[in-house]
Amino acid sequence: MKALALAILGIFLVVLLYAEGDLPDRGDPEAPASMHVSPYYIERSLSDTRTPNLVTAVLADYRGYDTLGETVVIFAAGLASALVLLRGRGNRDT
Amino acid sequence: MIWQLDFWLMLVLIGVAVLALRLRDLLAAVVALGAYSFLMALLFSELGAVDVAFTEVVLGAGVVSVLLVFALFSLDRRSSD
Amino acid sequence: MIHRYQGVVVELVSRAVVPAIQVFALYIITHGHYSPGGGFQGGALLAASILLLRFTQGRKESYRRFPPGAGFALAALGLLIFLLVGLASVARGGSFLDYAYLPWPWASPETLRYYGILVVEAGIALTVWGTLVVVFDQVGTRTRDV
Repeated sequence: MKALALAILGIFLVVLLYAEGDLPDRGDPEAPASMHVSPYYIERSLSDTRTPNLVTAVLADYRGYDTLGETVVIFAAGLASALVLLRGRGNRDT
Repeated sequence: MIWQLDFWLMLVLIGVAVLALRLRDLLAAVVALGAYSFLMALLFSELGAVDVAFTEVVLGAGVVSVLLVFALFSLDRRSSD
Repeated sequence: MIHRYQGVVVELVSRAVVPAIQVFALYIITHGHYSPGGGFQGGALLAASILLLRFTQGRKESYRRFPPGAGFALAALGLLIFLLVGLASVARGGSFLDYAYLPWPWASPETLRYYGILVVEAGIALTVWGTLVVVFDQVGTRTRDV
């Protein structure tokens, strides 16, 4: 069983190493991920939002829906965990 | 991008991750997890993602470590497996 | 398990460090336009300062500084701020969360976006702060005394 797991891990390692050769370099301006909307953000964010920090401009303005969803998820997770823990304590007390 | 720095950071990162899994003392495992978060933040900032590194330090190494130590008070300190 | 820690060094250092952490967190939130940082990091730092207070000042004192129910209110308030900013721009005919349509017509769109980002970051910080403190309080009051 352990030999099988090791064999599967080895095959997975070979596949990952093979696939890694086709990835673009980090920070490559010709990479497909940097070709679509990134140039617009880099050129226009300062004149659009007066915000020198590109990350803040993208997170809070261009991708506002994402950030709203993240905030809702954090709030819901905290609320749910608090309710679960409160429920458990109520049962223990009674 | 300094490949020597990357190499040693990743090597120590893997070592600390294995250490956090293998340690019997859970408090020591939590500390190893905090060290893992700090190394991860160093790696992020070395890659140029300073915002992500900042979040990782504050949340991963600070708040989560405190929360895990606090949860540990209601458990046995020794790992059972 | 939250007791007051008996020790004059811990007491004094925590009294000195907690306001410093909070001021630094405010700097992180409001300076997010120019340097790394923003709502998430600043809110987490604010929560960390409250956690330090809970550890060092004991339950009675720290509940006076930050009541245990306040976390829920803060988290909900932050989310409400975010949603209201989004809806305010809808009210003037823009898209949801398009800060250029915030209801101050005399300001330029860039300035409106600038302040919209600031208000939204403050809302995120309040939500993260409240949620982390709530989770910590729920875990903390369940643990047995040691």
